[in-house]
Amino acid sequence: MSDNPVRNFTINFGPQHPAAHGVLRLVLDLDGEVVERVDPHIGLLHRGTEKLMEARPYLQNIPYFDRLDYVAPMNQEHAFCLAIEKLLGMEVPRRGQLLRVLFCEIGRILSHLLCITTQAMDVGALTPPLWGFEEREKLMVFYERASGARLHANYFRPGGVHMDVPQQLIDDIAAWCDPFLKVCDDLQTLFIENRIFKQRNVDIGVVSLEECWRRGFSGVMVRGSGAPWDLRKAQPYECYEEMEFDIPVGRHGDNYDRQVIRMEEMRQSVKIMKQCVEKLSAQDGKGPVAAKDGKVVRPSRAEMKRSMEALIHHFKLYTEGFHVPAGEVYCAVEAPKGEFGVYLVSDGTNKPYRCKIRAPAFAHLAAMDFLCRKSMLADVSAILGSLDIVFGEVDR
Amino acid sequence: MAYCSSKRRSAVPGRSSGKTFSGQIGFRHSARNGLEQYARGALIKREVDLKHVLERVVMDGSLQQLGEAIAAALPGAISGISTAHGELTLTVEPGRLIETVTYLRDDPSCLFVSFIDLTAVDYPVREKRFDVVTHLLSPKHNRRIRIKVATDEATPVASLTGLYPAANWYEREAYDLFGVLFAGHPDLRRLLTDYGFDGHPLRKDFPMTGYVEVRYDDEQKRVVYEPVKLTQEFRSFDFLSPWEGAIDYVLPGDEKAKGNPQ
Repeated sequence: MSDNPVRNFTINFGPQHPAAHGVLRLVLDLDGEVVERVDPHIGLLHRGTEKLMEARPYLQNIPYFDRLDYVAPMNQEHAFCLAIEKLLGMEVPRRGQLLRVLFCEIGRILSHLLCITTQAMDVGALTPPLWGFEEREKLMVFYERASGARLHANYFRPGGVHMDVPQQLIDDIAAWCDPFLKVCDDLQTLFIENRIFKQRNVDIGVVSLEECWRRGFSGVMVRGSGAPWDLRKAQPYECYEEMEFDIPVGRHGDNYDRQVIRMEEMRQSVKIMKQCVEKLSAQDGKGPVAAKDGKVVRPSRAEMKRSMEALIHHFKLYTEGFHVPAGEVYCAVEAPKGEFGVYLVSDGTNKPYRCKIRAPAFAHLAAMDFLCRKSMLADVSAILGSLDIVFGEVDR
Repeated sequence: MAYCSSKRRSAVPGRSSGKTFSGQIGFRHSARNGLEQYARGALIKREVDLKHVLERVVMDGSLQQLGEAIAAALPGAISGISTAHGELTLTVEPGRLIETVTYLRDDPSCLFVSFIDLTAVDYPVREKRFDVVTHLLSPKHNRRIRIKVATDEATPVASLTGLYPAANWYEREAYDLFGVLFAGHPDLRRLLTDYGFDGHPLRKDFPMTGYVEVRYDDEQKRVVYEPVKLTQEFRSFDFLSPWEGAIDYVLPGDEKAKGNPQ
């Protein structure tokens, strides 16, 4: 037996593997069941978003951001709108800010629900996605009632949000919050505390904090390794400063810590949503949802029908679009998956000269080789699931 | 459930890792102060706006100081410092990139330990047509920095993979999409485009439609590549208005008019 030469085995994982979370092709070098090398091949979903954006006015580019991380669309739009607003020097009215924060937190829950439940499926539990997707469905209905679309919302606009929401929707979101906390508790007992789930995740995919920074990790990945780093607290944007919430931090930097953090972050998101709902329903939360600058924000339809100037603005905005002063900015938001940034270079025309999209999952996936080396083949899908990868934003 | 016990740790910044994380320091100061007064009249609003401008000037000032301190520590390496929109940009001499970034990562006043982004911007009219732009983050000081290096199609830029492993894929991406070369990169393959792809799509002289299209050919039972055929020509509208100070703009049909350079 021992005379046989031992040969490493190379296999393809994906691109059609259900645990590849989309279209990832991993080329794995195996020594028995131990992974010796991982070579992720990405780009199977590459659509050239950044090239397309250079040929379109700013307003027409917002829908592209929905298609990046398509499980939490509005968080991406947010970064792009913030970058444009920074170049324009615009300010968003309070109600607009509150609505943005509200829908960003809904997006966070959408994303985390998908991540933790499908990761549980990757390690063998079939029921959690069914429970999680039920809640996601309700949240997508909220998206639909605000923007008209379940997924590709195109709701955030430079200067605010597209339209105000009815009070009924705010009340319905408020009514959703408390029952969801119960669902969180159910999910917790269903699989977070499950013995098999722990066996598959505890001390798997461990990464130290120093290594996290060097590898460009962000979001849950650094929090899992012990840094209380959250852009919503560290570099607050919109009205996150006045929101009260905690940042869960892990200690071990393994898969399990990351999933527990995601679980806790959903509860914290509900806490923020409740505060938003309260502030939106209060008297000082009423008012315009977008800035009044007619050169950037479209006039309301009623206004457009009566005022000549509003009509001109409307026409100009939907043909030529607005011009953004020359300059460059980098704006980042704490998206559910980590730091989502937009590096925007403007040359003063109505189209971006260059727009680089910094997707958190890109850096995380790049570390697959580092994370999976010398681990078992079965752990590859568990680690991949805990990184929370979505190919829309990795491939762009 | 020992794992979840750290929930309230954020109240005491930095306790967990022994480092000081300034969790409460913000870049933007509360915009809401301005907006609470939104309805009360433009005068108050303007005061608040001025306060914003003042804060930004102060912030830009301290960033400028940081930039100057870095330039002083590395004589001759930094060829330009600029601050705009509360962001610090350093233009670095290509030959001294590694030295500069090592300083930025390790010096206690900088500690830009986190690699955020690397990309390129194409300016075809310039002799050195590419700007390679790197973004770094210092979690300790809660600061960001942008580093620019100019290069052309043939001159390689020093690879940052030795300092930050994260740079590996970002440099592969810049090579793939722009054709920027990186010296010392361990594995400079294409990343995002198709296997066997030719050209660098994010260059300004690459057409948005590309050159080839693919389809599945049922007779040959495989995917075939063909030159791109557009059923309708790609329409690129020119929106630069001649009324708004676009001096170089020549109205269609006006090319021969007096005073035009052509």
